[in-house]
Amino acid sequence: MNANPQTLSPTPTPPRQAELRPLVIGLAGQPNVGKSTVFSLLTGLSAEVGNWPGRTVERREGDVRIDGREFRIVDLPGTYSLTSNSEEERIAREFILREQPDVVVMLADAAALERNLYLLAELLLLPIPVVLGVNMVDVARREGIEFDAHVLEAALGLPVVPMVASRNEGVADLLAAAAAVVDGRQRFAPDRPEIATAHREVYERVHALVRPSVPAGLPADWAALKLLEGDREITEAARQWLPADRWNAVHAMLREHEDAVLDVAGARYEWIGRMVRAAVRRPRLGQVSFTDRFDRIATHPGWGLGLLLSVFGVVFWLTFSVAGPVQEWLEEALVARAADWLSAVLVTSPAWLSGILVDGMLAGAGVVLTFVPILFVFFIALGFLEDTGYQSRMAYVMDRFMHRIGLHGKSFLPLFLGFGCNVPAVMGSRVIESRSARLITIMLTPFVPCSARLLVLAFLVPLFFPVYPALVAWGLVVGNLLVLVLVGLLLDRLAFGRERLAFVMEMPLYHVPNPRTILVFAVTNVWTFVKRAATIIVLASMIIWLLVNYPGEHVNDSYLAMFGRLLEPVGSLMGLDWRLIVATLSAFVAKENSIAALGIIFGEEGQALGATLAMALTPATALAFLVLNILFVPCVATVAAVRQETRSWGWTAASCALMLASALLFSTLVYQAAVMVGLGAGGV
Amino acid sequence: MASILPFVLSDLPDGFCGIVAKVTGGREFTARLAAMGLTAGTEIVILQNRGFGPMLARVRDTRIALGRAQAGLVTVYECQSADAFPDADSAASG
Repeated sequence: MNANPQTLSPTPTPPRQAELRPLVIGLAGQPNVGKSTVFSLLTGLSAEVGNWPGRTVERREGDVRIDGREFRIVDLPGTYSLTSNSEEERIAREFILREQPDVVVMLADAAALERNLYLLAELLLLPIPVVLGVNMVDVARREGIEFDAHVLEAALGLPVVPMVASRNEGVADLLAAAAAVVDGRQRFAPDRPEIATAHREVYERVHALVRPSVPAGLPADWAALKLLEGDREITEAARQWLPADRWNAVHAMLREHEDAVLDVAGARYEWIGRMVRAAVRRPRLGQVSFTDRFDRIATHPGWGLGLLLSVFGVVFWLTFSVAGPVQEWLEEALVARAADWLSAVLVTSPAWLSGILVDGMLAGAGVVLTFVPILFVFFIALGFLEDTGYQSRMAYVMDRFMHRIGLHGKSFLPLFLGFGCNVPAVMGSRVIESRSARLITIMLTPFVPCSARLLVLAFLVPLFFPVYPALVAWGLVVGNLLVLVLVGLLLDRLAFGRERLAFVMEMPLYHVPNPRTILVFAVTNVWTFVKRAATIIVLASMIIWLLVNYPGEHVNDSYLAMFGRLLEPVGSLMGLDWRLIVATLSAFVAKENSIAALGIIFGEEGQALGATLAMALTPATALAFLVLNILFVPCVATVAAVRQETRSWGWTAASCALMLASALLFSTLVYQAAVMVGLGAGGV
Repeated sequence: MASILPFVLSDLPDGFCGIVAKVTGGREFTARLAAMGLTAGTEIVILQNRGFGPMLARVRDTRIALGRAQAGLVTVYECQSADAFPDADSAASG
């Protein structure tokens, strides 16, 4: 026995006394089976959101009390199988093996029982009892599929509970069945799938070789089967468990039987076929369901695109026109009043204290607060699209355009939304399952010009270029989007080239959305943002305030100005002097701050800012400044969102560095090109 | 037997009913498709194939979207019973 700690070796736990503590339930299931509906129904807003140790995937768990019994529900990521092809799959199986819940509750979609039981076939190989909840029996019936829970229960040898979670039917029964299995009041003697005869002998030999070395708590038959399936993680681990000679023997056998994976999968479906044969009936065959009828429009390259753009338009409009006024109101009614009140309280205290508290801390808190309505409305819309099943159709329609720059079809909604605000856009990337596609989306989102940056453009371009303002602004935005595509192409080729993603996605049946699920989804997501991003934003706001206001009285004598002067050699490549560098840097808390900063720095008595600027700057410099400001490091809230979504300071730094490098590069290019065509001289 | 040689999934028209012959593209891809219900011997019906971009197919009561490159890795025999599904034309226009 090998005592070395392995990634997969579970910690041995003493036998549990089920009566004294809450039953721990792992909630498993394939995607689109209504797992989040069941979870939010059970735990509501009390769920704790954290993340799986060392992973970027969110971990949700919560408590519920039913019939005097405490349950602790841990929501496992939705996975089609338990082979280590994705982070989610590794998390789900590691939880079951390492944390050993009392029972695993697996949800299945009654309308696609065969495919769903594939996960059950895998779960039954692990040493934890399983209870099956067959959800959405109403939808299945509409699709012409009838199923008999008793017959399935008898065949499988484990409790089967029919459910309609969206109407709260069967959910309590499911937990009761889980408790009954733990207490030994209900039979758990499952019929398990066996490997097909063609590979039985190889399996036995691999099993015999690995059994003595598999760490305690990990089932040897499961490990042997995963080796035959070519599971990367177990193969790597086995290389370490096994002495060299036995590893070589196993390795040779695996290479000789590479096709075993087909047999393992085939045998599982053969087993499923036997299980459901008597339990599932299809009284009405051949009718065209609502899903199929609606999909003729929703997935059509032309109509589908039209529908999608209108849906996006509505989401965009809702997010910014409904949330906008609320945001303004919050700013006036809460932030401004709080600032007045705090200033009044601090009127006798030193100026630096009231400055850092009112203009630093409170202003930062105000930024966080004003994101709340936008994020809330956006997540309601996103939750609605997910819960109805339309989100997958959007991804399908957009994939033909998006995959060229390494993006998933689902990347489009976040990117599109980025025009309004980058923060919900970065957070929206969480609907993308593939990690590499999610990371590319997060890296590219800050390249979408958000409304604050567009506002800066709209304000400054007419000042700099009174002759053709619309043309210049349009050119800048188009150029910005071209940079986005270029960076996307480069990232895809260089950074993620090896992980080229296969587009394989399920299109779930359309569902009537569940308001509770959507509300819980929105509230938890907004709350998580506030909790995690607030510290970063408030701290950054306070630091920037210090840098702008000290040591001198005027911004020209501040640390930021000193820093700007230090950077002048770099700025000269783009024709920028320290004042423009300072204006750019001060926009970190909020992009629109650059206008205010320009006003303070260039402000002269009795002169309009426009006239002063037009005199002080050549067109080439003005262009370079605008390019720099569109592409420069995103605002602090976006950086905080990037950090929250990637769970990594490394990726956050990479995102900032990428923006900074593109900003400097393109700003320099634009400046040098403009000087070459004679825009380097003053006046237009 | 309508055809001895299998077709490539990405070449098939809307409404075509087939039996999956083989999935190539490596163990990982094969395992992933298997978990989504697509294994050798499974019945597959083409729901939408426009000749460009991803395509839609029905497998084991679920609808799956496959990228064109991925669909090129799957070969399919034609279904033997022609009456289980109407011919391609009427299914596509119906």
